[in-house]
Amino acid sequence: MSQPGYSEKVMDHFMNPRNVGVIEDPDGYGKVGNPTCGDVMEMFIRVKDERIEDIKFRTFGCGAAIATSSMTTEMALGKTVEEGMKITRDEVARELGGLPPNKMHCSNLAADALHMALEDYRNKAAVRKG
Amino acid sequence: MKRIYMDHAATTPLAPEVLEAMIPYFSKRYGNPSSLHSFGREAREAVDDARTEVAALLNAEPSEIYFTSGGTESDNLAIKGIARKNKKKGRHIITTSIEHPAVLEVCKALTREGFEVTYLPVTREGLVEIGAVEEAVREDTILISVMHANNEIGTIQPLEEIGRLAGEKEIYFHTDGVQTAGKIPVDVNSLGLDAFSLSGHKLYGPKGAGALYKRKGVRIESIQQGGGHERGMRSGTENVPGIVGLGRAARIAEENMAVESERMRSLQDRMRGWVLKNIEESWLNGHPVKRLPSNLNFGFRYIEGESLLLYLDAKGVAASTGSACSSKKLAASHVLSAIGLSPVESHGSLRITLGMANTEEEVDYACRAIFDSVKRLREMSAMRPE
Repeated sequence: MSQPGYSEKVMDHFMNPRNVGVIEDPDGYGKVGNPTCGDVMEMFIRVKDERIEDIKFRTFGCGAAIATSSMTTEMALGKTVEEGMKITRDEVARELGGLPPNKMHCSNLAADALHMALEDYRNKAAVRKG
Repeated sequence: MKRIYMDHAATTPLAPEVLEAMIPYFSKRYGNPSSLHSFGREAREAVDDARTEVAALLNAEPSEIYFTSGGTESDNLAIKGIARKNKKKGRHIITTSIEHPAVLEVCKALTREGFEVTYLPVTREGLVEIGAVEEAVREDTILISVMHANNEIGTIQPLEEIGRLAGEKEIYFHTDGVQTAGKIPVDVNSLGLDAFSLSGHKLYGPKGAGALYKRKGVRIESIQQGGGHERGMRSGTENVPGIVGLGRAARIAEENMAVESERMRSLQDRMRGWVLKNIEESWLNGHPVKRLPSNLNFGFRYIEGESLLLYLDAKGVAASTGSACSSKKLAASHVLSAIGLSPVESHGSLRITLGMANTEEEVDYACRAIFDSVKRLREMSAMRPE
């Protein structure tokens, strides 16, 4: 078995994840991953005046999956919806001080979950505007 | 923070008496066992004593023990050596789908030399069925290699039955006994074995030292050529301190086995009972009874094993997992797949392997740590009961 080789920052976000939980009746919701592959992430957002006012996540997965979820929520909180859409998986990995090569896909998932939640918000907003 | 080691199937600490026995052979008794002078002779005597000690552990003759660098080399030597030497008789090998890579990869390599390999399936409990072995046997089968106990799930195979079958059919029978030597009784005669691999560092001996038992008369060829050490079977100057350590470890293991395995069994029962009772949606992988007394392999739904392992590590408890996320290739453990676990089920696996130093108090602490870690990870999991 290989050593995960996680950075201190990854370990910090993994051991003390930020923004864990759910938002009831969220403005946007995204769920990505596949239990067969070993990672499933959900993100819930609350948006006010086009700004991400609250964000929560739940993740089934390895240390990297949990850490990238936590880091993504931290990066997204307080940003506008548009800024949130621009958060990339590479940025998430960079903010965490890097990820082991075989764990890079975890950062994809976290960014994807965020983008999906933001898309969901936009779709709902469009419906509301009619 | 107190650290509790519960990963003894990975490696064990060196027993203090073993270290003590080894030390002189690093310093003042540095002779080469091949030398004729007194320095050489004292090294040769030490190697011979160790050979007797290892032989006693297996109920073998000292002349049937060959020292190697460890379990992997012993498996390589046994399988490649027997296959190549007997290829005129046949080119078919039977093994199982749950072997250690030290056997699986060797078999794979032999297919490139023109050998054919049958990988036997196992039951949900991890057992090889004798009927399946019988069915797999062909006219040209020259070797059966079935591990004694599985390193991940601890299931102990019915070697005696397989050995009898192999004997009747005049097929050589090898077993990878890395996980059983020194832990449960091994009698190469009653098990009908022609070859048996063991490793020093799994029985409180040193890393880099192992042995192969090869029954007298079994046709085998060396896979490492050179000065003809170990009666031509394994060239290379003997690792004298390592061999001395292995011998001493074998002796201690034999002396303590009855008491120690009984103690392991009671710790195992204690942990199994507590965990399965107190943690919902948990189960035990492997066989309920035919398993190593030191092995527990739990499954926990809705969480992933690498996360669990690292949370336990943060609480000082060292364990292991068969989760895909913890492996280099991101593939689920081949053993857990072979017993029929779905990828989701194998993600939440946790292997605890107990050892000499573990106490009831440590088991209780580890149980609590597992409980707390599983609870915390489930709270943050995106998967939960429907």
